[in-house]
Amino acid sequence: MNKYNVVIIGGGSAGLSAAVKCYDLGVKNILVIEKEDFLGGILNQCIHNGFGLHEFKEQLSGPEYAYRFIEMIKKTDVEVKLNTMVTNVTKDKHVFYTNESEGFQEIEAQTIIFAMGCYEKNAGAIQLAGDRPVGIYTAGTAQKYLNAEGYLVGKKVFILGSGDIGLIMARRMTLEGAKVLGVAEIMPYSNGLNRNIVQCLNDFDIPLYLSHTVTNVIGKEKLEKIELSQVDDNLLPIKGTEKYFDVDVLLLSVGLIPITDLLKNLDIKINARTKGPVVNEHNETSIPGIFVAGNGLHVHDLVDYVSNEARLSAQGVYKFLNGNLHYNNALIVTKNENGIGYIVPQVVNYLNLDDKFVLKFRVTKPFKNVDIVVKADNQIIKKIFKLNLIPSEMENIEITKDLININTKEISVEVKER
Amino acid sequence: MAQNLICIVCPRGCHLTIDENKNVSGNSCPRGVNYAINEITCPKRILTSTVKLVSKSLARLPVITSEEIDKNIIFDVMKELNKVEVKAPIKMHEIIIKNVLNTGVNIISTREIIE
Ligand SMILES: Cc1cc2nc3c(=O)[nH]c(=O)nc-3n(C[C@H](O)[C@H](O)[C@H](O)COP(=O)(O)OP(=O)(O)OC[C@H]3O[C@@H](n4cnc5c(N)ncnc54)[C@H](O)[C@@H]3O)c2cc1C
Ligand code: SF4
Repeated sequence: MNKYNVVIIGGGSAGLSAAVKCYDLGVKNILVIEKEDFLGGILNQCIHNGFGLHEFKEQLSGPEYAYRFIEMIKKTDVEVKLNTMVTNVTKDKHVFYTNESEGFQEIEAQTIIFAMGCYEKNAGAIQLAGDRPVGIYTAGTAQKYLNAEGYLVGKKVFILGSGDIGLIMARRMTLEGAKVLGVAEIMPYSNGLNRNIVQCLNDFDIPLYLSHTVTNVIGKEKLEKIELSQVDDNLLPIKGTEKYFDVDVLLLSVGLIPITDLLKNLDIKINARTKGPVVNEHNETSIPGIFVAGNGLHVHDLVDYVSNEARLSAQGVYKFLNGNLHYNNALIVTKNENGIGYIVPQVVNYLNLDDKFVLKFRVTKPFKNVDIVVKADNQIIKKIFKLNLIPSEMENIEITKDLININTKEISVEVKER
Repeated sequence: MAQNLICIVCPRGCHLTIDENKNVSGNSCPRGVNYAINEITCPKRILTSTVKLVSKSLARLPVITSEEIDKNIIFDVMKELNKVEVKAPIKMHEIIIKNVLNTGVNIISTREIIE
């Protein structure tokens, strides 16, 4: 049986960044397994620009960003298997994969990094009301059809959910000759970046309906019509506010969920809020030596953060292989309090820290002019003023080791109104 | 009359105000000033799209304008892109259309296609 020091499952931005970092740290015998016939993952279909401002200090399109990492990989001895699907992983870190030339194979890994990306929520996941005719797509699926295959899914489009992928697709389909009749968002605020509201909707006079949702889908075989209603403060539709739109496509841009299928039979703890695994400061799961990275850990809005965070997983692999990761004693639990939806990592081992670590989190609703307060065992250790906080943007706070100590038990984060 | 704008140069999306003397405020970096002045005189955008590709692996080649183009010619440039068909191999940043519609801007590839 072939043996590897680290097997990285998924060759998207998380997997590639982790692989390059493992190599740079001197880890030998690195394998990346990717099910598609190209590296780069979802970035390949994100042909618009705006990526890379943190990583490369320039604005790149998705494929260009991926290309930078693919070129880095080429300069290493990292082994890459394309067109190869991982089908199972066991607790003793055996990885099963299949591809055309080798058939079914089993390999043994010292460490594993799961970097399989995320799913888009579909009509079932949000319990969309009404019929299920042809013409309902997730925004990412429509993006893939259009940008990789040149196939426009329809001509009269309505978009549910104001996430960035939906906004980007509103512009993209308009450019290709479709008429986008509107974007509806159930919340009273948009979930996309302001710049995307401006350059994807306002530029093309596409209306954004805040506090609105699709309350019925009508069509026997093909989508014919949708019903849009305003919602009240409890997000319930208000009778009498119905509007109807004749459309042949409804795009859903209503959220992403980490892919954790392969983790299910490992009994790895999953966090109820992130829907990804519970991890420590090195993105290591509840099974020592098994790490996660990228959208498979928690959903990121910016690929730059994915690349950066994946290096942590690589550092974890490096330390694990050298016997330098600690599991007992000095465990600090992170706790999300008022206004904070979740925090990654959920646990921090003081003994594993170099000089600092980063708390990543999202707020539960928009806030203006507030402080983010970080406490260690109820003592304030950091306070940061924020002009604007919105759930769609992930926040980062750096905690240096001198702010806590070996006896710290809990770190909490909360939003405090001024 | 002062105008409010949202800067689209980077994901930060600063809320800008520009007055009649073209004084800009609200920007977190100097690029916001340029953006605001351009936006009220001659708005410009980067355009990304795809062109038809003959290759073993993919049917479309992603492309980008080498610089910003005037916002009001975006649909004209889209028409030019629809006339193009390219064959693999394609290098990263290969020129696909030179000086599109006499703008001085090139259309370049944003993906390498080996075969
Ligand atoms: C539709 C969509 C559009 C997005 N648009 C933007 C954007 O415009 N800007 C931005 O900054 N971010 C965007 N994001 C966020 C983006 O996902 C991240 O920025 C980043 O690219 C995610 O990287 P990743 O490596 O975690 O996941 P991915 O890029 O999804 O990589 C996961 C890889 O794992 C492979 N894989 C999965 N399962 C297996 C298996 N069993 N065996 C082998 N291989 C497997 C997949 O084929 C894939 O290549 C978008 C996300 C989505 C879903
Ligand atoms: S002003 Fe500068 S920081 Fe603010 S959005 Fe524009 S480019 Fe970004």
